[in-house]
Amino acid sequence: MTTISDTPRSYLRQVPVGRLPPPTTQAGLFGWLRSNLFSTPGNIALTIICILFIAWAVPPLLRFFLIDAVWTGTDRQACLASATNPQPGACWAFVRMWISYFVYAFYPIDQRWRVDTFFLALSFGAGWLLWPSAPRRDLGAVYFFVVLPIISFVLLSGFPAIGLAAVPTSLWGGVLVTIVVATVGMVVSLPLGIALALSRRSHIPVVRLLSVTFIEFVRGVPLITVLFMASVMLPLFVPERFSPDKLVRALIGVALFASAYMAEVVRGGLAAIPRGQYEAARALGLGYGRMMALVVLPQALRVTLPNIVNTFIGLFKDTTLVFIVGIFDFLGTVEAARGDPKWASPFTSVTGYVFAGLFYFICCYGMSRYARSVEAHLSRAGRS
Amino acid sequence: MKRLATAFAIATLLAFGMQAAWSQSPTLKAVQDRGELVCGSNGQLAGFGMPDPQGNWTGFDVDFCRAIAAAIFNDPTKVKFVPLTAANRFTALQSGEVDVLSRNTTWTMSRDTTLGVDFAAVNYYDGQGFMVRKALKVSSALELNGASVCVQQGTTTELNLADYFRSNNMSLKTVTFATLDEALKAYDSSRCDAFTTDSSGLYGSRLLLSNPSDNIVLPEIISKEPLSPAVRQGDDSWEDIVRWTHYAMVDAEELGVTKNNVDGQLKSPNPEIRRLLGVEEQFGQSLGLSNDWAYRIIKFVGNYGESFERNVGQGSPLKIARGLNALWTKGGLQYGLPIR
Repeated sequence: MTTISDTPRSYLRQVPVGRLPPPTTQAGLFGWLRSNLFSTPGNIALTIICILFIAWAVPPLLRFFLIDAVWTGTDRQACLASATNPQPGACWAFVRMWISYFVYAFYPIDQRWRVDTFFLALSFGAGWLLWPSAPRRDLGAVYFFVVLPIISFVLLSGFPAIGLAAVPTSLWGGVLVTIVVATVGMVVSLPLGIALALSRRSHIPVVRLLSVTFIEFVRGVPLITVLFMASVMLPLFVPERFSPDKLVRALIGVALFASAYMAEVVRGGLAAIPRGQYEAARALGLGYGRMMALVVLPQALRVTLPNIVNTFIGLFKDTTLVFIVGIFDFLGTVEAARGDPKWASPFTSVTGYVFAGLFYFICCYGMSRYARSVEAHLSRAGRS
Repeated sequence: MKRLATAFAIATLLAFGMQAAWSQSPTLKAVQDRGELVCGSNGQLAGFGMPDPQGNWTGFDVDFCRAIAAAIFNDPTKVKFVPLTAANRFTALQSGEVDVLSRNTTWTMSRDTTLGVDFAAVNYYDGQGFMVRKALKVSSALELNGASVCVQQGTTTELNLADYFRSNNMSLKTVTFATLDEALKAYDSSRCDAFTTDSSGLYGSRLLLSNPSDNIVLPEIISKEPLSPAVRQGDDSWEDIVRWTHYAMVDAEELGVTKNNVDGQLKSPNPEIRRLLGVEEQFGQSLGLSNDWAYRIIKFVGNYGESFERNVGQGSPLKIARGLNALWTKGGLQYGLPIR
């Protein structure tokens, strides 16, 4: 006797049917569009508006900055309307002609290799320090904070004894000044800001008072005022030969200003650390210094990393203010060059400003992306 | 801020004592010891003071400093240029950061009397002018009755404009903008009939238009902006050097001495040329310089007209007409004082 199950039945399927593709309304490009762009009437309207906006804005921008743009030429004639190019776009030829001035400004041409070397040494140091899995990062820190400043100083301002002609800072400018001011500001403001934040939470009244006074005073005035004081008032108080170099004055002003902001950022991080952490560190027998260095600051800095980077990005863009006191930073060189009558055309200024904007965007976006990756790295490390 | 800076400047001058020098100029001595002249200039004004793509300073104001350096060192490259803004130019001069300020600075009474600076000589007569489209068929600003004029807001330019139209009984429609760039853009897109700013800037602005040659600058100058190099008050001998550098260049133009013919002119029988070039008498020594001081200026920089044409005139893209800056013999205001 056979059971039903043993009996082969032709209408029973022995092999499962292959999976059907999901309905076209749910999957693939169409499904994605449907669920992301056209899910509700509101979304449909928004999508249509956005598409219309892109169609309205992007083609003319592409046309202006790429397709109709002028890439080569020797003077303004190239960027003016002509028979071959009746509707000229951005005048990139102008940027190409002036690019060396944007980078080096007045730095003597035969000495510009020194600036290049400085850029290389700086990016090497920054890469060493910022790449999380680089070998011997402690050595990297020594290089970045001790060796590099000395090398840079000797390279850039010169050391006649070893054959490097002196280059006064009045000849510095362009990207060089922007990088120098921003780097010095960042490198000085982080440790100084931490020190100020710790002093502000100190139990010694004098230390606390000094720190509070400094922070509140500096934060209470605009950076422009600080720069003006440094460059306009200081020379009136002290004889010319004792007053520090103009660039040094601006550097000090920017660095102190950034420190005050950094101090408040770090203080926020310190405040976020629960009391228990302090008490636990004390209970382990750690002194103040080791408690801060080993327990509190690592956690506080991790919490504040986004804010620290935010301050750095702000600082990087604030460097443009040194132009007010007659130092030609990158934006200052673009400002100067766009007045060149040899290149005067209706689009010269626009091109110059867009170029400057691109430069700042790339630098700031790079900083921001790096910070995101470090945050991700730290939060993984924090969980394990 | 400005008043405060002024007060400090005066206080500082009093505190440190006005450096008085009668025979030997302390500034000249400092310049000679240093081996270079420190000159405060603009840095971003086309034709007057700005760098070229290689980072060399060029311009009319820049050439003036090169002329001083040529007179002192026989080398026009011994100048360090310091870019100054309108805000910090006087402090830089007062504090000794620069030896001479050659940066399109208008000589006014209040600046002369209260800032502790002295103006040497007007080397450029600037003033407000108008630009109109050729299609308007206007040849004088007095024909602008009822015109709309694009102008930068909150400047003396705007006030001068209103004054000029009112005093000539003409009706005016001003269209104001926060920046000069915007005003120019509006003029270019035909939102107004005329555009106004200082005439030295007017020619540079014209180049930024889509069709520069369709526009003309009207001959009227409706305000006074005499631009002059300035020095610190209290060093009269130094001021003499700066002043006579300018007059030597104007005298040279009047006498037809140019960069190219100056060597030949050394043999000229004309007593004025002989005195100018130091062949006769000793005017250079009375300045504390060598007697061929003016020869050096003309040799390296050229006479006033050459410097003008090269930087802002027909030899430059700006193509500014000589106008008020022509020699007095040609209907202008530049009048060389006699060297004798």
